[in-house]
Formats: sequence, structure tokens, C-alpha cells
Amino acid sequence: MSIYLNSDSKIIVQGITGGMGAKHTALMLDSGSNIVGGVNARKAGTTVTHKDSAGSDVDLPVFGTVAEAIEKTGADVSVVFVPPAFAKDAVVEAIDAEIPLLVIITEGIPVQDSAWFWQYCQNKGNKTRIIGPNCPGIITPGESLAGITPHTITGKGPVGLVSKSGTLTYQMMYELRDLGFSTAIGIGGDPIVGTTHIDALEAFEADPETKAIVMIGEIGGDAEERAADYIKAHVTKPVIGYVAGFTAPEGKTMGHAGAIVSGSAGTAQAKKEALEAAGVKVGKTPSETARLLREVLG
Amino acid sequence: MDLYEYQAKELFSAHGVPAPPGAVVTTVDDAVAAAEKLGLPVMVKSQVKIGGRGKAGGVKFAATIDDVRTHAGNILGLDIKGHVTRQILITPASEIAEEYYVSFLLDRSNRTYLAMATHEGGMEIEQLAEERPDALAKIAVDAVTGVDAAKAAEIADAGKFPAEVRDQVIEVLQGLWKTFVAEDATLVEVNPLVKDGEGKVVALDGKVSLDDNAEFRHPDHAALADNAAADPLEAKAKENDLNYVKLDGEVGIIGNGAGLVMSTLDVVAYAGEQHGGVKPANFLDIGGGANAQVMANGLDIILGDEQVKAVFVNVFGGITACDEVANGIVGALDLLGDAATKPLVVRLDGNNVELGRQILTERNHPLVTLADTMDGGADLAAAKAAEPAASAAK
Repeated sequence: MSIYLNSDSKIIVQGITGGMGAKHTALMLDSGSNIVGGVNARKAGTTVTHKDSAGSDVDLPVFGTVAEAIEKTGADVSVVFVPPAFAKDAVVEAIDAEIPLLVIITEGIPVQDSAWFWQYCQNKGNKTRIIGPNCPGIITPGESLAGITPHTITGKGPVGLVSKSGTLTYQMMYELRDLGFSTAIGIGGDPIVGTTHIDALEAFEADPETKAIVMIGEIGGDAEERAADYIKAHVTKPVIGYVAGFTAPEGKTMGHAGAIVSGSAGTAQAKKEALEAAGVKVGKTPSETARLLREVLG
Repeated sequence: MDLYEYQAKELFSAHGVPAPPGAVVTTVDDAVAAAEKLGLPVMVKSQVKIGGRGKAGGVKFAATIDDVRTHAGNILGLDIKGHVTRQILITPASEIAEEYYVSFLLDRSNRTYLAMATHEGGMEIEQLAEERPDALAKIAVDAVTGVDAAKAAEIADAGKFPAEVRDQVIEVLQGLWKTFVAEDATLVEVNPLVKDGEGKVVALDGKVSLDDNAEFRHPDHAALADNAAADPLEAKAKENDLNYVKLDGEVGIIGNGAGLVMSTLDVVAYAGEQHGGVKPANFLDIGGGANAQVMANGLDIILGDEQVKAVFVNVFGGITACDEVANGIVGALDLLGDAATKPLVVRLDGNNVELGRQILTERNHPLVTLADTMDGGADLAAAKAAEPAASAAK
């Protein structure tokens, strides 16, 4: 078991012919993901050739629309690599086609575009789960990768991980590489994201394979505080927290558009305290977080 | 990007929110000329991007030209909470009958927009929200349907604006919404919105924050950026498309990915507690898939920070390949030659790590030390930063 993504997932790539799309299509195939095609209206009808994990050539059809790709391939996941200026249209197209899972890797999407397509998705009956934008995507090790997380760090195991940050996800997977992960999901560092910490916590709680959860947050917003309330009320599995950005000054954006301390809101200290008040142990560093996780797993 | 008051008001005017005219000047003589042109009395207002200008003496009423001269002289150069006044706004002094408040902003928690409005202006809005939350109307705005006349009326009525200004406030709200959407703002705020002596509703002061991610569709916004106020190292980093924030410390930090770099700052600060209290000197994210040139550019900026005593490079190669990072370090050091005097501690893991470590080991540069772990690297870098300068190059 896992959350959101497994070996049955059929993945298409929006922006499969672009630089990022091509590079990561190859890496996803190498990880064993079942990529069934891609979308680019201007190159519809062509194919792109990559190697699968066994080293054999695979010809992937390029479709004109997401709807056509779904119809022809039965795809249920789309990974978006299109540049920021075109991301909103690509996302709307995928929502209109009612793709069940939409992973938006693209960094630098204007927040009004994200607010718009999030609302649009709600108004359309919320048939698409959006992960991201500005995220590394989701990996169920040994089964499927929809995103850019290196699949070579570690394999399957009992830990579920949800994080705002890509490289901190990798760092934490590396720290716990001997244990392995059920699913690791990067929800993204933008002010507005589709899937939240709470969504992932709910899914991990329901997933029998996940025995313990690592939740990684960072400065900005109140997502961690809300997650703390949720954990207190609904999560019975052990959760270990980590928050990045204790040394971040007020009013300076730390790389992610959403990572900014405004006044007293959004500080790492406030998030840590909220999590601890909910009974979540919080590591001071990634290595201490890993140690705490080992302790609860016994 | 936060805008100055005068820039915010220019955008308001362009989108149909009435704002008084004004002139932005940098000298006393120009202030006098502007006041003569606009007609007395005028307000002399410090243009800094921080609240509390009035209390700090940065906003003055001038009834005469002598007043203008005195106030302009005092306010130019005035330091308001670390923000030095370099520009002042000269604007006609309006007669204020009533003060109100309106804004639109991004509501992260609810993943939508929020309109805030009240007829009770004249005080700090945070204070009003805390002390009398019922007096400040908060109305969710659907990002797809936006604000039309009916929605604006709903907001105005929730804010309990008096009947005689209701229509004008509705107009203002629609214009303000236009500003919010057309300019890709994350905040547009009019505080105070006032009814003047003639019963006209105008934006007396305002705040606008623009979304940096939307720069690609607003080439005109580049002109609003305040390059003179930026830290020189931050300005240089921006030219190189590097994500850099200058901090007050001794350990230069380079890493990949915002989360890992933030975490590295924290780990270095903890390690610094054991080494004379040294602190991280900066945030620098070289981003995903950075090549050798990007790494070299980043190192160049960090080594240009005089406060930096040692550098910690912490990279987990996901998209970024560790051999590229290693080549960037070697390339930058060779380029700098004898000018490079600060020790570098390098921790690499992930994609192509063996190759990356091999490149650094073979080059065997006297300033570079390889670390096995993030904690170990942070500790070593902090220790080196705490050493007396003379022994640092050993």
C-alpha cells in the first residue's frame, strides 16, 4: 500500500518534449514508473523515445490534449513541467479532463494563477487532486515516481513523509535510507498549494503500510499550526516533525515564495511549539529528526 | 516586492481609485518647487517601506513654504526603523472628514482572496482586528468570479460605510480589485481611505505588494524596483539570478533547494553556539540542476562578503549533480587564485556524489575540506569561522 500513487498508476507528462520534461521522463521511466505518453498540442501525433528501467526503448505517444491522452491510454496521473507562463492553461486543461492526480512541478507560477486554478478545481467538483505547484512530486519507492525525487536514495519501508521542501525530502530519505518509505510527498513551498500537510496526514493515517510519519515544514503561513490541530484530533500513528528556518529574519523571502515571516506570524518557533503542544516530537536538525523517528519505531 | 506609497497611489489612479496628486522629490529645493506648483498647504511624507512613519516624524503638515523647507530638510535622511528616507512625497493636504479602511489580499490558509473593510479607520488595522474584530469586515472573494459591482456592494455593506459614501466606496472597491488583478498583487490596501471636506472619497495612503513570480508578464514592474536601497551583494546576486539573502554572520552558506538551505542555516547556528557564537552570513540557494557556472557565481558573491570567515557548501544532489558542484568550486577557486583566502567546507551527497568527491580530492586545494555529514560540515565550518584570521588559511 501507499498513498495517492502505486504501481498501477498510469502517468502522462505535460511538457514531455521540453528540456525538463524530457530529462525527468527518462528518470521516471528509469525508476520503473509506468509512463504512457505525453501532451504537447504543437507536437501531437509524434512520439518520443526513451529507455525503460530494463534499458529497452519505449516509444511514448504525444497527444494534443490531456483528454485525448486519457482516452487513448487510460492515464490517471499527469505530471506538469510546462513553464510558468503556460502552466495555468495546462492545469486547467487537466482539471477539465478530470485527471484524478495532477502533480505540478513547475516553479515560479504567479500566485494568482494558482489561486485561480485551485478555485476552478473546487468549482468543478474537485475531481482532481493537485500536488504542488513548485514541488518535487511524489514517490512510492519501488512502485512509481511522479516527479523529480531521486529514486535511488532508498526503497520501500514503513515511513510516510510529507514536506514543503524538495531537497529536505531527499535529505530526510537519505537519513532514513535503512528504513525506507511507504510514500514520500513534497507538497511545495508556494503560498497556495493543492495537497496540504493535513491531506497527506489523513492519507498516511489510513494507509496500513505506513507505521510512522515525518512531517517537514518551514517558515511562512500557518499550515504547520493547522496540521498540529489535525494531528491532535485525528492521527493515532506517531508523527515526528521538523521545521526549517529558525534563523530566518522577518520580511525576507527564503527562496520559496511562501517562506517568509510576516510580523509574529509564520515563525519556525511558533510552528515547533504548536506541533509540540499536539504531542508531536520536533527535531532540531534533520539528523535529530531521523533519530526521533527511529525511537518511535522501536 | 513592496511598493512605496507614491508608487501604490500611481497604480491606484491608473485603475480608477481616486488618489490625490503629488510629486516625489529628493531635495529641499525640489520640495519647495513642488509645493508651489501643487498649492499650499501640503503634506511632506517620507517614502520608506515600513509602517509607523507618522510617529517617527516622517509625515508633516506644511502651511507655508518655510514649513516645507524645514520639514523636507528634517525628513530627507531621516532613519525610520533602519530605513533611511531618500525620497519624499509632496501632496496637497486634504481636509479629512472621515477615515475608512479597505484592502484585498491573498488568504493563504483558505487558498483564496480576502476583502477587508471598515468605516472605522484612523487606527492601526492590526489593533482594530485584535480589539474589535467585529468592526472589521472580512469577506472571502472567489478567485474565479472576482469582484463585480454586486460583490463590491456586499463588501461595502459589511464594512458599514455610511449611505452618503456607499456608491463611491463601491467604485473604489472595484478599482482596487482591478489594481489587485491587473498588477498581480498579493496585497492592495488603502489606509486611510478618507472622505474629504467636499464629501469626495480618496485614497490618502496605500500599500501594494506585487508577486515576484508574475514579473514575466509585467515588464513595467522592473521600473518600480528600488535598486539603490538593495544590499550591493543582494543586487549582484539578483543580476546572476541567484536566490541570496544577506544576513549578519560569519559562516557563508551555499546549498541547493530553499528548504535544505534554511535547514543548513539553522544547523550552522546551532553549531556556532559551540564556537564563539558564529552565525550564518547568508541564505544562498543555487537551485535545482545548477551547473558549475552557477556554483562559481554563488561562491564569488559569498567570498565578496567581508564579514564571511568560512564557507559551508551543503548540497544534496537531486536534479543537481555533485560533480557539477565540485567543478564549480574548483573553477571558482582557480579563477580567484590568490584572492581566495577563506576556508571552504564541502558536504556532498546524492546524484554523482562519488565523482564530485573525487574531483575535490584530486584537486586537493588547501582551502577545501570535505565533510561526510551535514552536522559534521556545519560544525567544522563554524569552528573555522571562529578561528583567528591568521590561522584560517593554514
